[in-house]
Amino acid sequence: MSGAMKRIVLGVAIMLSMPHAVQAAGAAAAHTTQVDIRNFGFSPKSVTVPVGTRIVWTNHDEEPHVVTSAGTGFVSSKALDTSDSYAVTFSKPGTYAYYCSIHPMMVGTIIVQ
Amino acid sequence: MHDIHDETHGRRQFLKCMAWAGAGTVWLMKGGVLQAKPFGDSAADAAKDATFSFVQISDSHIGFHKEPNMDVAATLRASLSQINAQKQRPDFILHTGDLTHLSKPEEFEFLSDLMREAHVSKTFYVPGEHDVIGDNGAEFFRRFGERQQAGGWYSFDHHGVHFVGLINVLNLKAGGLGSLGADQLAWLKRDLASLSAETPVVVFAHMPLWPLYPDWGWGTDDSAEAVSYLRRFGSVSVLNGHIHQIQQKVEGTITFYTARSTAYPQPAPGVGPGPGPLKEVPPGKLHSYLGVRDVRHVQGRHALAVTEEVLA
Repeated sequence: MSGAMKRIVLGVAIMLSMPHAVQAAGAAAAHTTQVDIRNFGFSPKSVTVPVGTRIVWTNHDEEPHVVTSAGTGFVSSKALDTSDSYAVTFSKPGTYAYYCSIHPMMVGTIIVQ
Repeated sequence: MHDIHDETHGRRQFLKCMAWAGAGTVWLMKGGVLQAKPFGDSAADAAKDATFSFVQISDSHIGFHKEPNMDVAATLRASLSQINAQKQRPDFILHTGDLTHLSKPEEFEFLSDLMREAHVSKTFYVPGEHDVIGDNGAEFFRRFGERQQAGGWYSFDHHGVHFVGLINVLNLKAGGLGSLGADQLAWLKRDLASLSAETPVVVFAHMPLWPLYPDWGWGTDDSAEAVSYLRRFGSVSVLNGHIHQIQQKVEGTITFYTARSTAYPQPAPGVGPGPGPLKEVPPGKLHSYLGVRDVRHVQGRHALAVTEEVLA
C-alpha cells in the first residue's frame, strides 16, 4: 500500500472511530488516533499522523500490556489491564518506535509529520 | 442478577471439582524418556528409591479474575493441597514465575500468604514478566529474592544436584524474546566451571530457554549461549513456565520442560490468534489443565524422574 493510500485508510478509520469526540470537541481539538492492542499486537502497527495528534492505545486483550517507548521519545505507560487506555500527544515530528515491555515481540511505530 | 446467579453456580461447580484433586497423571523421566503412569500406587512406588523430591509450580497469576478461572487462589490452593498430600514430603518448591498478574504489592502479599499453606520448608522463586511490571522487579526481589547476585540470579546445591535459578524477563528489547544478558551469562559460565560433568544440573527460569514458539515470544534470545555451557554435563533438566502447558524436548543430555499454570491454560503453539488465556475450557474441565510438577532425584542415577500431576 502506498503512503498516500495508507493515510487515506487511516483517515477513514479515524473518522469511523471518533465521530462524537470530533464533533463535541470542535475545530480547535487535536486529532485523535486510536491504536488497538489485540491478540498480542498493535493495530495498526504503524500510523502516520500530523503534529499535535493524540494517540490513544486501548488494550482489548485479557493479558496486560505496556506501551513502552523504544527511546526517550515519549513517556511509557504503566501496565494496561483489559480495557485500560493510555494517551500521548505527539507535538514534534519524528518516528517513534515502541513495544510492549512484557511481550517485546509486540512492536509498533508512530510517524509524526 | 442472572449473571451473578450463574457465577455463583459456576463457582460451586468449580469447587466441587476441586474436591476431586488427587487423581491424575504421573510422568516418569528415565534415561531421557518420559513415561506416563496413573497417579496412585505406581507413583508411590516410583518415589521409594528417590533420595529427595521437589515440586515445581508455575504461573499462579494472583490478581487474574476472568474466564476461564475466576478464582486463581482456589486453584493454587488445590495445587498446594496436592503437595501437602505427598507421602514423601518434597524438600522444597520451585515457583517458576508469574506469581502475580500485574506486579501489585497486594498481589505479592496474597501470594506470599497462600504459599505459607504449603507444608514445605522452602520455596525458591524466579520472576515472570508479570512480576516485574513498572519497577524492574524491585518488589519481587524485595520479597522473594535470594540476594546472592546483584542481578537476582542464584544457584545452590542439594544432595549433589546443582540448581540454578535464572532471570530472563528483564531488559527485554523491542522485537525480541526473553533475555539473560551478558552479565548473567558470564556468571553462569563461572558458576558451572568448577562442577564435574557428572553433577546433575537443574536450571529453572520463567520463559522457555529454547525457541519453543518465537512468534508468540516463547523463547529466550540468548538461551543458546547458556545451553552451550550445559552440554558437557551428563544430566541437565531445564524447567520453565510461561506458556501454561506441558511441552518438552530432549537435546542430547539436556531435557527441556515447561510446566502447567496453576491458574489458567494457554493454547498450543500457533493455535488461534495469540497466546491469551484459553477461555473455551469445557465446564468442569479446568482442573485437568492445571497442575504441579514433582521432580524426584532417584538415588544412584543421574537422571531425574519428573512426574506431572493434574488437578483431577
